[in-house]
Amino acid sequence: MKPSIPPASLALTADASAALSRRDFVKRTGALIVAFSAARVATDLGLAPQSVSAQGINGVGSPQLDSWIAIAADGRVTAYTGKCELGTGLYTAQLQLVAEELSVPIDRVTLIQCDTSLTPDQGTTSGAQSHPTNFNHANLALACATAREALVGLASKRLGAPVDQLRAVDGAVSLRSDPSRRVAYGELIGGNKFNLQLDKNARRKPASEWTILGKPVPRVDFPAIVTGRFEYVHNVRIPGMLHGRVVRPPALGSTLVKVDEASVQGMPGLVKVVVRKNFVGVVAEKAWQAEQAARRLKVEWTPGRQIPDQRTWYQHLRSQKATRDVLTVDSGDVDKTLAGAATVLRSTYHHPFQMHASVGTACAVADVQGTRATIYSATQAVWPLRNTMATLLGVKPEDVRIIFRMGSGCYGVNGADTVSYDAAILSQAAGKPVRVWLSRQEEMAFENYGPAFVIDQRVALDASGTIVAWDYESWTLSLGGRPGYNAPGNVVTGYLAGFEPQSVQPRSPAPPPTNFDNGSNTAPSYVTGTVGNRSGGCGIVKSERAVTHTIASPFFTGPLRSPARLQNTFAHECFMDEIAASLKADPVEYRLRHLRDPRLREVVTAAAQKAGWERRPSPRNGNRRSGVANGRGMACVLYEGDNGYCALVADVDVNMSTGLVTVKRLVAAMDCGPISNPDGVRNQMEGGLIHGISRALREEVTWSGERVTSIDWRTYRPWFLGDQVPVIETVLINRTDVEAMGAGETTITVTAAAIGNAIFDATGVRVRQLPFTPERVKAAIDSRS
Amino acid sequence: MSVITLRVNGQTRTVDVDPATPLLYVLTDDLALNGPKFGCGLGQCGACTVIVKGEAVRSCSVPVQSVAGAEITTLEGLGSPENPHPIQQAFIDGQALQCGFCISGVIMTAKALLDKTPNASDAQIRQTMSNVLCRCGAHIRMLAAIKKYQQQRRAGAPTARTERGGVQRRTA
Repeated sequence: MKPSIPPASLALTADASAALSRRDFVKRTGALIVAFSAARVATDLGLAPQSVSAQGINGVGSPQLDSWIAIAADGRVTAYTGKCELGTGLYTAQLQLVAEELSVPIDRVTLIQCDTSLTPDQGTTSGAQSHPTNFNHANLALACATAREALVGLASKRLGAPVDQLRAVDGAVSLRSDPSRRVAYGELIGGNKFNLQLDKNARRKPASEWTILGKPVPRVDFPAIVTGRFEYVHNVRIPGMLHGRVVRPPALGSTLVKVDEASVQGMPGLVKVVVRKNFVGVVAEKAWQAEQAARRLKVEWTPGRQIPDQRTWYQHLRSQKATRDVLTVDSGDVDKTLAGAATVLRSTYHHPFQMHASVGTACAVADVQGTRATIYSATQAVWPLRNTMATLLGVKPEDVRIIFRMGSGCYGVNGADTVSYDAAILSQAAGKPVRVWLSRQEEMAFENYGPAFVIDQRVALDASGTIVAWDYESWTLSLGGRPGYNAPGNVVTGYLAGFEPQSVQPRSPAPPPTNFDNGSNTAPSYVTGTVGNRSGGCGIVKSERAVTHTIASPFFTGPLRSPARLQNTFAHECFMDEIAASLKADPVEYRLRHLRDPRLREVVTAAAQKAGWERRPSPRNGNRRSGVANGRGMACVLYEGDNGYCALVADVDVNMSTGLVTVKRLVAAMDCGPISNPDGVRNQMEGGLIHGISRALREEVTWSGERVTSIDWRTYRPWFLGDQVPVIETVLINRTDVEAMGAGETTITVTAAAIGNAIFDATGVRVRQLPFTPERVKAAIDSRS
Repeated sequence: MSVITLRVNGQTRTVDVDPATPLLYVLTDDLALNGPKFGCGLGQCGACTVIVKGEAVRSCSVPVQSVAGAEITTLEGLGSPENPHPIQQAFIDGQALQCGFCISGVIMTAKALLDKTPNASDAQIRQTMSNVLCRCGAHIRMLAAIKKYQQQRRAGAPTARTERGGVQRRTA
């Protein structure tokens, strides 16, 4: 019962679907000319070896226009991108970009995403960086602009008219003065190579002329998704495919003592028990058989590493001596300024480990045959994965093909890479294609968590209440992370298979900073961010120091949506609020007093205005000491110091007897430069806010002894659909004269801080530790009285 | 292994499987359906939801033999990309999702509720959705899409078709 699928809904999976050979694919799309990684692909495609462009290892894209754009004789455009759809709408936005820049209707564009045999190497699709990479004056956008100019140039010769009298419209170039004189793209180039390099001077179409980009184009994948036709990686089916399950150790640090294969002997459908160092898995004909065999298999492990007690965790974290220290800024005079200040304020903030906790567990399909491997993966990083996969399997990188298929929303390095290794190891052992999905516990107990933080904040105030020094010091943890190009041990499967994770190399004291990069928002918005002669910060505080101490983590860690930026911004923006409160200053006015970046000032003002912000200090006068108290809070950020401005006003109710926090209304203002798709941006802003509420009010990795205890949706409870959601209002500031910035991670960065500040406004109680559970808020209220 | 006959999306299907196999695995692997998804295998998140005899059921936690002969509807059975069911259309119109992995839980749970309780209050809808998880945070749009469908349904506009394979044309 294969449903018939119209081409439009296949948009995201048309790329070389499993049954389609690359040669067929090339024929069908008219895309003669894509060629990348290796001679192998050139051979497969029937191309001359010299047509294969060199592949940059760092995801540098490609200088060859033909790597990005191909135009068939019928005028259809095929574009190739190394930035994939992670659920954020990037696929549709990139379609808009191509259609706009090339002046063709969007339904005449096919976009092929993230396949190491087909698309340019653009490294990793990490949410907030993909938009700036492909929508400014490089990569995909530049390729489209180069192609349009090339087509106009070809038309100029064909029509015998100078280029300034021509324009590209609807897939053809015509005379401005006589649109009936036109020549279609297919006639100009159809089926042939451009043979051009990307042209740095190619002119992007000005936003004032946009008719597709900048508009709320609906997601092209939604009709297939909501009707169950969309092919996620979980739905990839290869003829002869077997099913694998893994058997993880009870805890990190456990090593394998013995696998008793006899314990599963004769189980129906069982194909193989696979052991590789500390990796254990089974392969069976059906998923249910594999699951049962994995459960039944008797495996003996050594005990795992004891994890420091969670109750005294933060003391443990800040007392470690083997740290890697990094200074983001250091003006050299902070101690002196603090010593001479009229007032010094200090506070300490605590942020827990949190997890990606994707709604679907990770899944991958691998087909390893001899020295060749094809992997269907929801990885954010097909090219890096190709290299580490080759290392893991002992084959050549050019003999590995990684094909992206969308998975469950990932929010960073979830289980997508690790399960790709699981599937590959099992497929290699079985000699057949294998699909693996993880159990909920296998995913949650061993994923790469967003790390915990302890953050000490200190400021010096002058007699007028202006901040004259800001001193930030934090402690956090690291183990593993993204595997990158050479570290398969950075995720659990690679580690179990015998590869070491990247760990912390102690270094203390930190060397002085050499350039300002904001250090994942370790520098607050209010400092000048001065290193050398350059001031890269948004604020006016000249005496500044930000130092981070990183220790070895007992768990794997990795980027989780707004990595470290969220933790730091929670501390900065709550502390800013504390300072304002100590001076009985309005929190918005007090922020503006210390901000010089006009765009950050504007989002702060815009959010406050839209929210109907009442100028007064916090906490609110005359608030209730019992019943339900209401308050408002503000937080703002320039994400990563250069990648998205956002300000948020939160309105919350706090039940004074239970400590329950209810977020009533969120008003967010954002400036990410030119907006590619306003409805898509709003969807991201809203999603970031709800995700942010979940993380601020509920989410925390828990453990006991050597084991993680947050292993399902009862023990790690995020925000479910029935949970109370606020009214959300968004203000979009659309700036078409600047570079595009990231839009997916800004609102989540400020959510916890704005809520924390609103709790203070409502109750007069400052809660400096996340999550703001009812118990924690109640305890804070009780300890005051 | 035993031969089990299922009624899925209006069609009769026969499979030869271990009768204890979770229904989800049969739908996904033996019948090649993409709608229901494996989220947790514990019945906690809803990603695997299908409608069985009018009830929203978590197919990861139901042995296939227990639903032999019963009418089973998956997301595919409601409508097709060219001809979506009104509740699916409401999600497209409202752009009410992000990664979409959870969507069987959201749409099938809401539909089963509104089929049985067309006038369900907001509180009832919220209560019913309280064990359905979306991690992308599309909650507000999803709840709005459910409301929109409910209003259309009550207004008598293109109402629920019979859940048969998504092959019939919508009447309006």
